[in-house]
Formats: sequence, structure tokens, C-alpha cells
Amino acid sequence: MTSTNQSKKIHYKVSVGDRAISVITYVLYSIFAFVCVYPFYYIFINTISNNDMSARGKILFLPKEIHFTNYSQVMHIPNLMNAFRISVERTVLGTALTVVVAAFLGYMFTRGTLWHRKLWYRLVAATMYFNAGIIPWFLTMRNLHLTNNFFGYILPLAVQPFYIILCKTYCEAIPGELEDAAEIDGAGTLKIFFSIILPISKPILATIAVFAAVGQWNAFQDTLLLVTDSKLYTLQFLLYQYINQASSLKALVNNTSSSTAMMASLAHAQTATSIRMTVTIIVVIPILCVYPFFQRYFTKGIMLGAVKG
Amino acid sequence: MMKKHRLFKSTKERHSFYEFLYILPFLILVFLFSYYPLYGWVYAFFDYRPPYPLTMDNFVGLKWFRSIVENPVKMQQVLKVLRNTFAMSGLNLLFSWVPMIFAVFLNEISCKPFKKFVQTVTTLPNFISWVLVYSIAYCILSSTGVVNQSLLGIGAIDKPMLFLQSSNHVWFKMWLWNTWKNAGWTAIMYIAAISGIDEQMVEAAKVDGANRMQIIRNITIPGILPTYFVLVMLQVANFLSNGMEQFYVFQNSFNKDAIQVLDLYVYNLAMGSGGYSLSTAISILKSVVSVVLLCVTNGVTKKIRGEGFI
Repeated sequence: MTSTNQSKKIHYKVSVGDRAISVITYVLYSIFAFVCVYPFYYIFINTISNNDMSARGKILFLPKEIHFTNYSQVMHIPNLMNAFRISVERTVLGTALTVVVAAFLGYMFTRGTLWHRKLWYRLVAATMYFNAGIIPWFLTMRNLHLTNNFFGYILPLAVQPFYIILCKTYCEAIPGELEDAAEIDGAGTLKIFFSIILPISKPILATIAVFAAVGQWNAFQDTLLLVTDSKLYTLQFLLYQYINQASSLKALVNNTSSSTAMMASLAHAQTATSIRMTVTIIVVIPILCVYPFFQRYFTKGIMLGAVKG
Repeated sequence: MMKKHRLFKSTKERHSFYEFLYILPFLILVFLFSYYPLYGWVYAFFDYRPPYPLTMDNFVGLKWFRSIVENPVKMQQVLKVLRNTFAMSGLNLLFSWVPMIFAVFLNEISCKPFKKFVQTVTTLPNFISWVLVYSIAYCILSSTGVVNQSLLGIGAIDKPMLFLQSSNHVWFKMWLWNTWKNAGWTAIMYIAAISGIDEQMVEAAKVDGANRMQIIRNITIPGILPTYFVLVMLQVANFLSNGMEQFYVFQNSFNKDAIQVLDLYVYNLAMGSGGYSLSTAISILKSVVSVVLLCVTNGVTKKIRGEGFI
């Protein structure tokens, strides 16, 4: 009798403690999740609400007087469309180059026949652990005429040791018989790479592509250092300028809305705030679009950081 | 023909050299973008004025290195920058357990959809750029932004606070943004480590009557401590490298004194005031210290865990 009582008592005590922990964790995680989501939501509802109310800070939880003129108006800013094009181009070309190079070098570094394989591999892997510093790098890029040059965005990022090591590890797991068979059939190194290795490595290449693409889309520092020609500005760089240069933004607003001022009521007229927020959403959207797809690559992506050379 | 035979003893050898030729273009890229910039270190030994090329006339030897210690103004500036760097890295190091605890308690949540939701949304900020983070900060913290409006609404303040244009608590704010951006992502690493813990241990502990906190303290945390250790060691290795992007976008004339970390200082010095040579000298010192830190932390990790991270 006493023993059952006691065990019940213990059980009861434990569950109170556990429940308290549960409640606290649920509350804390809800807050954390809110803090991570709400800013995006807040900015979004402001871009589709009455611009006048938005500029006065009256839109907090629900959009009011929904309209989409901000998005159609922002499209008329000439620099912005150009920057969008540059950002897309560097993301597509840069990612393609990075992925193909990673796959090719990763594969070549598994080939025992490669002349001085170990040496070249170490030479590439070592670059993960040092860098010359931002200024020597900038001066080098200038010597190579890669300042104010679109290739300055993609060539320096072409060979990335992390990704190469990842591909190498992946290739090492591919059974050697596959290559041997192809070699007997008379396939050369390149033929084997394109017809066997590339198709087989798809899963790992998808992971790399996603991370490389996010990196390219988010890149800001290279524009800051290398580019003075406004034709080569990326979206990230333009957004940064929009935040900091209120005066030029006002000029932009006037330029874009003067032609349509007759049509647009005060509620829809662009303000500095509305342009800033709209551009922010435009820059975020591609990330949000690919986000669900690359969630399944997370654990693999973390290996990128934890992998050994 | 004869020469070719001397060059390659066999077709196999020739083939192996051709394979080298395939990767040669990429090795050249590596050389150009990773090794050739090291040559740029020579600028630290010259008095380099941008439009003019280097000549032996403006070779100054160790002048710039000496000036850091001898010139009291520069010395003071560098010390201030170092203080900021140490403070920011120190804060990150001090609170490096946050993502771990985040993961541990997230693992305790039994409602799967909620867990997935939290994990999804807290990882998102890791994938947006610092420019976007700044833009978000600007939107929500401006005088008409949601934070000021809410505080005004509940009467906590009577006029809008300027969060970004102030010199108060800069280090702490930078740490907060960094945590907002990275905590969820780093937590994934710990979640992976937790899933590697033997389920039978937890079951056995439950049979023995251990409560949740006891399981966390005695099984979960010891299980992921090796991961924590490696991540801390990596943080120590990068102690001087806070990166410049976060601080560059958040810097303004109000917070400049407190926000300028080493990476940003090196950039501002060269791009702002044309001090290429001095800036290069400082980044050389930084690189040397960083490599030493990397070797030491790697050594320590090797000694304690049996394998390093290099």
C-alpha cells in the first residue's frame, strides 16, 4: 500500500517538473520563432498596405487597404531591374561554374593516375586555412583587371575547396568497377566524368548548388570592393544604398511617381519607406522560394562546415 | 618522336600527364586567387600611393609595422579596434552554449509539427545576407517602425528611441543580431549530435526513474559536449576574424568607435583613407596570429579528442 503510494507520489512529482519544463520551453520557442518570422511578415504587410499609413507606422499586424502598386512601381526604377538581372546572372553562372568545377576536381583527385595528385590536392585544400587579407586580394584583383568586371563575381568563387572535398569523398564511395568497365569500353577520363560520375553525383551536386547559389545571391562584399560601375551593381548592393541614401531615394521616388502621379492617390504614392521595404521583400523572395527545397540538404550542408581536409 | 619517348616513359605516364593538363586551368585559378594575393603583402613594406606603381624608391622596410607601436595615435586606434574585436568575439564565445541549449530543449518538445516549425523558422535568418538583416533592422527599429510604435503604444517611452544611431550597447546589439541570424543554424549541428546518442541509455535512465532534467544533464549534454568543444575551438581559431560585413552594414558615425573590429578597420583604413600599406601591414599581423591560433586549437583538439579539424 505504502509502496504504491510512494511510487505514485514520485511519478506525480516528476510529471509536475516535466510539465513546467514543457510549458516554459513551448513559450520560449514560440517567442523565438515569432522573433524570426515576424520581421519578414511585418515588412511584407507594409509593402501591400496604404503607403501613407505605413510611413506613419500604423501597420503592425494586419495589412490595411491592400494594393500592389509598390511592386509595379518599383519595376520602373531602371537601376533596380538591371541589378536584378546582374544578381540572377551571377547566381546562375556562378553556381553552374562552382558546381561543375567541384565535381570535376573532386573526381580528378580520386584518380590515382593523376600526375602528382596528392600535391595538387593539398595545394587546393590548404587554401581553406589562410587568406592574404582583403586589401592584398583587392590589389590582386585590380592587377588582373577584374575590378568593374562581371567575371570578378564568378571566377574567384569557381574553385572552392570545401565543395571539392565533399565531391571527392562522394566519388570515393562510387564502386571502381564502374570506371573500370567504362575504361575497357574505351572511354577516356572526360567521357567517364560526363557520362558516369556527373549523373551519379547528382545528390551531392544538388546540395552544393543550393549553398553556392545562396552564397552568390547574398554576396555583397565583392561588389563593395571591386565595383564602381553602377551597371554592375547587384541587388544586395543597391538595397544597401537605398537604406543609407535617403536623398537619392527621394529623387528616385519623385522620378518614378511623377509620370503616374495623376493616377496614384496619396495612399499609393511611393515613399522612401515603401521603396525600401518593397526592395527588401524582392531580395528575400528568391531565398524564401528555394528554402523549402533545401531544407532536406541541411544536414549535408552542415557537413560542408565540419568536413575534414 | 624520340623526345616524346624521353618525356613519357609509357603511355600510362603520358595519360597521367594529360589528366594533369585537364585540371591545370583550375589550379591556375587557385593560384591566382589564393596564392598570388600573398604577393600583395609586399605592399606593407612600401609607401604605396595607389595610382603609381611600386618602385624601389618608396621601399620603407618595416616603417608601417613600427609605426603601429611607435605612433601613439595609431597605437591608440589599434588598441581600440582590438578591444572591439575581443569584445565581440568574447561575447560570442561566452554565449556559445546558447545554440546547444536551444537544441537540447528543442529535442525535448514532443509535438513534432511544432518542433519542425520552430526549426524551420529559426534557421531561415541564416540564409539571408547581412544587408538584408540590416534592412530588416532598419525597418523594425526606425522611429516609425514596429518596435518604437509598440513601445510608444504601451507608454514605455514618450519619444522614439534611435536604436541604430546610438553608441550604447553596440557590442551587445551586434551579438544579438548575430545570435538571431546563426543560433538556429548552429543548433542543427547539435540536433544531429543528439540524434546520434544511444536511445537505450535514455530508456535505461527512464527505467531507473530519472526525470527529464537528470536525463538532459547526465546523458544528452555529455553526449553532445564533443561537438560543443570542436565548435568552441573553431571559434577560438577565428577569434580575430569577425568578418566585416555585419559591422560594415551596421556602422554609422554614432557607433563607429565601438563597432570597428579588425576586419572592418583594415577595410576602412585602405578604402576610406587610402592607407593601403598600413592596412596591409595590419592584416599581415592578423593573418600570422590567426594561423598560430588555428594550429594551437587544432593541436589542443587533437590532444583531447584524438583528431583535429585540419
